[in-house]
Amino acid sequence: MSTFDVHRYRAEFPNLKINVHGKPLVYLDNAATTLKPRCMIDAVNAYYVTGVSNVHRGVHFLSEQATAAFEYSRQVVRQFVHARRVEEIIFTKGATEALNLLAQSYGRHFLKKGDEIIISYMEHHSNIVPWQMLCQQIGCVLKIIPMNDQGELIFDEYLKLLSEKTKIVSIVWVSNSLGTVNPVKALIDAAHQKRAIAIIDASQAVTHTAINVQELDCDFLVFSGHKVLGPTGVGVLYGKEKLLEAMPPYQGGGDMIKSVTFSGTTYNALPYKFEAGTPPIAEVIGLRSALEFLQTISWENMKAYKEDLLEYGTKKLLSIEGVRIIGTAKDKTSILSFVVEGIHPHDLGTLVDQEGVAIRTGHHCTQPVMEFFKIPATARASMALYNTKEELDTLVKAINKAKEVFNA
Amino acid sequence: MRDELYQQTILEHNRNPRNFKKLEGATHVSEGYNPLCGDHLWVYVKVDANGIIEEAAFEGSGCAISKASASMMTAALKGKSVDEAKVLFNEFHQLVIGELKPDEQPNHLGKLTVFSGIWQYPARVKCASLSWHTMHGALEKAKTISTE
Repeated sequence: MSTFDVHRYRAEFPNLKINVHGKPLVYLDNAATTLKPRCMIDAVNAYYVTGVSNVHRGVHFLSEQATAAFEYSRQVVRQFVHARRVEEIIFTKGATEALNLLAQSYGRHFLKKGDEIIISYMEHHSNIVPWQMLCQQIGCVLKIIPMNDQGELIFDEYLKLLSEKTKIVSIVWVSNSLGTVNPVKALIDAAHQKRAIAIIDASQAVTHTAINVQELDCDFLVFSGHKVLGPTGVGVLYGKEKLLEAMPPYQGGGDMIKSVTFSGTTYNALPYKFEAGTPPIAEVIGLRSALEFLQTISWENMKAYKEDLLEYGTKKLLSIEGVRIIGTAKDKTSILSFVVEGIHPHDLGTLVDQEGVAIRTGHHCTQPVMEFFKIPATARASMALYNTKEELDTLVKAINKAKEVFNA
Repeated sequence: MRDELYQQTILEHNRNPRNFKKLEGATHVSEGYNPLCGDHLWVYVKVDANGIIEEAAFEGSGCAISKASASMMTAALKGKSVDEAKVLFNEFHQLVIGELKPDEQPNHLGKLTVFSGIWQYPARVKCASLSWHTMHGALEKAKTISTE
């Protein structure tokens, strides 16, 4: 692991220096949101201190500067996901909004009664509910790819669900509650064989692996900025240009129009057609900085480092009596969902918090997954590039302490 | 420093919850659910002809705080009138949000004051109050109570 200097990276995350209840923070809730590197915070700060302006609508110096910074960020995102054209990058307020946009703009326009949409058992609620709403609106049908006890999608069952009726396949790349990495390329190719479009929710994948939308050949891909070291309130929708062109706008307002009269409105070109109103300018600029920071690190080294953390954490957790890990897929990211016999996840969360350890407890917005494993909730430790084995040791000690309190 | 949340009384009621059963002959039943954490329980109350609570019980699943709270609630309700139960509901509610200081203000809470520190754990207040809201809903005849 000599190629990955974790302490060098840790130094870039000021939030790591705080104490919680008098103990050094151990932040293991990265699947909910990641901590932020100093360069990202500085970029947002600089916009607010010396660069405030609206974009795309002023001739003054600050407005031109903000517009240039905003549009340069789009270039950086294009390059980050390897999109063909910058017009294919739409800024949203998050992955959730991007998925709602797709359901309402693409889905409502191109689907009709009886058409089918396929999602998987392990989707985040944000990739379930927008499709359920669409089904209620137009009478299309939602189909669910089942999973096995390890928390892996059953590919043969997916192939059986696909038919001429399938119009959309919308799948999570990496499960936020199980850590499973889904075989997205194969899922996309199979969807295309039936002429369905493929949408990828890359919210957890963005910190796991390099993204190349052209190689994947996905039709759309979404992620949130705050899960990739960026600010909250900004997300990305990538879409193939010809599909985005054919879609009607999602929201109306300023910036998305070419001209407005009371007899009618003509819409702006891509990507602005989908960016009604003042966009999250500071957040877009911050996202750029976060992605640039991430790109200074070798994916290969980071992946190897996090795999090592996952292996270590898994071994350590399983050494505690009564711990059961939920989600044991062969291909997995550094997300450890688990339950401890005799302690409800919520109690565990509060007790390890006393030791300064931040984990997530609950259903992680994936209630069907909880129901599948017949548990109300899990505790989840999710690791980022700045976490260490020592921090996992602290987690294990905190769990053992909780067990003492509960005599579990 | 926050008050210790997991006091012995709470841990003990979690391990051995009282009145943890479906109550046959209940006159009031309600279901409570906290979608945030998945706590899910049913509260049963049996009120006699004079408006006195003969028995209260609960079943379901949840964290130690919600379980202990439900257990202690059912024990506290026995023998109280419906009106007294509603007073207790209000006092308990005030207690868990930190508005009622049991040492300073008169109240009927008794052992229930073990939850007096929970306002310092805002994310856990709903765990303690779920069974109480559900009981209140049962007495008011609402069907499903959500603390969300």
